[in-house]
Amino acid sequence: MNLMIYGVALLAGCAFLGSFFGNLLGLLTGLNSDIGGVGFTMIFLLLATNTPQIASRLPKGSSEGIHFWKAMFIPVVIAMAASQNVYKAISGGWLALVAGVSVVLVSFLLIPVFNKFAPKSAEQVDSKEAEA
Amino acid sequence: MSAILDIVVGIFTKNGFVMSFLMIGILSYLATLISDKLLRGRIPGSAVAIFFGLILAYIGGAISGGDKGISDIGIFAGVGVLGASTLRDFTIIATAYGAKLSEIKKCGFLGVIALLIGILSSYIVGALIAVAFGYTDAASVSTIGAGAVTFVVGPVTGAAIGADSTVIALSVATGLVKSVSIMLLTPLVAKKIGLTTPQAAIVFGGLVGSVSGTSTALASVDKKLVPYGAMIATFYTGVGCLLCPSVLYFLTNLIL
Repeated sequence: MNLMIYGVALLAGCAFLGSFFGNLLGLLTGLNSDIGGVGFTMIFLLLATNTPQIASRLPKGSSEGIHFWKAMFIPVVIAMAASQNVYKAISGGWLALVAGVSVVLVSFLLIPVFNKFAPKSAEQVDSKEAEA
Repeated sequence: MSAILDIVVGIFTKNGFVMSFLMIGILSYLATLISDKLLRGRIPGSAVAIFFGLILAYIGGAISGGDKGISDIGIFAGVGVLGASTLRDFTIIATAYGAKLSEIKKCGFLGVIALLIGILSSYIVGALIAVAFGYTDAASVSTIGAGAVTFVVGPVTGAAIGADSTVIALSVATGLVKSVSIMLLTPLVAKKIGLTTPQAAIVFGGLVGSVSGTSTALASVDKKLVPYGAMIATFYTGVGCLLCPSVLYFLTNLIL
């Protein structure tokens, strides 16, 4: 029997657990919808696959199932894009362009700020030692 | 002849979900071809394919007058199933697989701070621009701000807080523009912004997010930097999905 179903089942189990916590947060915040369930699920999946007691019980082939769905991410995103209401959104085309580019430029400006606080990486240390 | 056409259309309509695999597959093939030959790899196939998807959605909306893009046209209805929230969330979750908690610990504090500031700054810039363009309701402003985080966080947030489909489409478009900008602009400024060390790559992945954008950009800067940036970016969408429809939406609601 192909074991990939175990990986997919783990994914599904985490999805339900995450969705439960998302709905719980939705209930607590009064929004009555799934808030951050996908985020919770990702944390659960990482905890599960990084916990030796759980990870060691997963047969080797089971990760194939997770990898399949991981690889399906982009195709699903393409399908998602193709089913959006782009026709109506096109009048706001400049907003998308301005916002999309601005966000990246701001991120670029923040990188040198972070680098000032960053401890010297191993590579930089190595090259200095080599020079010395 | 029309009887044969009826059979073909009938098969595609009846098996819409299977049809969507064929359609997205062909679309991806064409996109990869255009990415490789016409654009010489400067824009990755996935970005081109998503762009094509948005064009198809536009065409579908223009023909049908509906609000679900190409999936409002009978034979393409399955695309709406493939791109609906169930499979979307399922595949997003799967992308977290392979990110190791031990690696995250090694990247340490700085990556986490970069991640949080990256999401926050993207959201704020997106939200401010949404306000500048005349949006005043918290749901729309938050969804566009979330779209400036990534093209996945936008629709997840929009669906959670009940934003208009038009605004959700706009958030996807914003996220797509962001993703493509990361891919196109990063190689041009990599040296100037000090994107030359693993540490800087972690910060980069945390700040800009977008797994496809980050991994593509780093691959064209220095292949060795890819895992560092991509690993932290893997969490970007998840943390964004966690923060945008909750804390950030509440704060936005409070301010507006």
